[in-house]
Amino acid sequence: MSTILVVAEQRGGSMKKTAHEALSQARRMADASGGRVVAVIAGSGIKGLAPEAARFGADHVYLADHSDLADYSTEGYTLVAQRAFQMSAADLVLMGASAMGKDMAPRLAARLKLAYLPDVVELTGSGALVSAVRPMYAGKVRVSVQPTDGTRAFVTLRPNVFRPLPVEGRTATTEAVDTAGLSIRARVVDTRAEAAGRVELTEADVIVSGGRGIKGPESFAMIQELADAFGGALGASRAVVDAGWIDHSHQVGQTGKTVSPGLYVACGISGAIQHLAGMSSSKIIVAINKDGEAPIFKVADIGLVGDLFDIIPKLTAEVKRIRAS
Amino acid sequence: MKILVCVKQVPATDSRIKPAADGITIDPAGLEYVINPYDEIAVEEALRIKEKLGGEVVAVGIGGARAEEGLRTCLALGCDRARILKDDSRLATDAQSVATLLAAIIRAESPDLVLMGKQAVDDDQMAVPSMVAELLDWPQATVVVKLEIAPDGKTATAEREIEGAVEVLALQLPAVISSQKGLNEPRYASLKGIMAAKKKAVEPVDASTLGLADSLALVRTTAVSPPPPRPEGRRLDGDADSQVRELVRLLHEDYKVI
Repeated sequence: MSTILVVAEQRGGSMKKTAHEALSQARRMADASGGRVVAVIAGSGIKGLAPEAARFGADHVYLADHSDLADYSTEGYTLVAQRAFQMSAADLVLMGASAMGKDMAPRLAARLKLAYLPDVVELTGSGALVSAVRPMYAGKVRVSVQPTDGTRAFVTLRPNVFRPLPVEGRTATTEAVDTAGLSIRARVVDTRAEAAGRVELTEADVIVSGGRGIKGPESFAMIQELADAFGGALGASRAVVDAGWIDHSHQVGQTGKTVSPGLYVACGISGAIQHLAGMSSSKIIVAINKDGEAPIFKVADIGLVGDLFDIIPKLTAEVKRIRAS
Repeated sequence: MKILVCVKQVPATDSRIKPAADGITIDPAGLEYVINPYDEIAVEEALRIKEKLGGEVVAVGIGGARAEEGLRTCLALGCDRARILKDDSRLATDAQSVATLLAAIIRAESPDLVLMGKQAVDDDQMAVPSMVAELLDWPQATVVVKLEIAPDGKTATAEREIEGAVEVLALQLPAVISSQKGLNEPRYASLKGIMAAKKKAVEPVDASTLGLADSLALVRTTAVSPPPPRPEGRRLDGDADSQVRELVRLLHEDYKVI
């Protein structure tokens, strides 16, 4: 029987959506081939997360609970995930391609000599015989990859692509992971959150982005207000980041973030190729631009040619009205 | 302090990328190659640390003539030495094999700090920095937007970008640090630097001295394909009021995203 291990991410005692996505994908793969799903959760005081892991698909949960694991560390979390891998004899490992996944998964893959298939958008097969599709060049092309013969795989899943599916009443057994011998040479001493309540780009279901067409940094208040109305995140084109209008953490595109939200609203963005690469896997794309010839309209599902300074405040009011009703 | 920087050549970000006729690589026609933008930031950071604390910066790359050109640029920017592993037997085919080769070179050079970009903007794997750190058994800080090296060169403070927050790490050196945009603003090569670089050699690494097996790869590429086409879009006509009304109706009733 094949075993899929999910490294289920939590921060601050809350399980991340990317963990739900990975657990449910593992469940679907295990159900299709008669396998089982095990999860490992690392942290401090995290035993209460086991039922949540069970709801999203785990049959068995390894808990690595230690005060030294309260904050994420590459070395600490990699070590306990390694132990869970060895305890479970898994033939496939899944994790979300979050900041944590992108940091620790390659380290664990190198340690265990697993084929590392990162940030995938399609995953098929079972056990060690998996095949994945991942975007390269920020999405300008896709590559199909497999482990070489006899190699097991560590796959990270692009956020917002694989559907989380909780099933009430599902339960899991639990088991403690040995947390002795944690040697953490790179330790978190502080975490500075951005403005509270704001949604992060790669996790957002809705992104509203501004480009040169918004004319100046002060107009980001208007873009932010529309993003807030949707309950979404604020994005930006490289041009306006390079111009210093907004911080780089908001940049969408090949030298910024690659995103796949349910809705992407591009305001005053012409659609340079490196921006299109970063957002064209969004499910619905809306473009608002005064230039009807702008390349952004080639990828947009809905295009509004017009003055964004006229359209956006009206759109914000209308979205607020609909979401309040 | 001795700093080693790993650099890769990638197609410029404004390139159109298409699958090649063989179906498993990209079409190289018309591509202009540049140093990976995140590696440029790593080189800049290495030079700034050297300017502050003294020492030496060694740039390392894997590949042929293109990699050598990138390393020449590193010399022109102010790196003291550059080393190239001419991968004639094509050992470097996936992240694991690249990391294994780099780790072997790093062991031989024995630097106090390794810097590289957080990811190459071609493969987008974000894998090599963590893998190199693992193979060396060194601590790591990836996606770093601020770095302070202690004057004694034994410890560092690194700020790394995570979802909606910045994590501040205290770490022991030697370590692997991967650079994110925002860490610094890379310089351009000066004429003097370019002239000085002409007198420097890009030293070859003899792959046979690294003690590595023939095949290191754990991942096989079976196809490279264009992204799925997007459905035909529609334009909304009329004045702003009617455009907005129709847009919200579509998002609410048809697409059900609000």
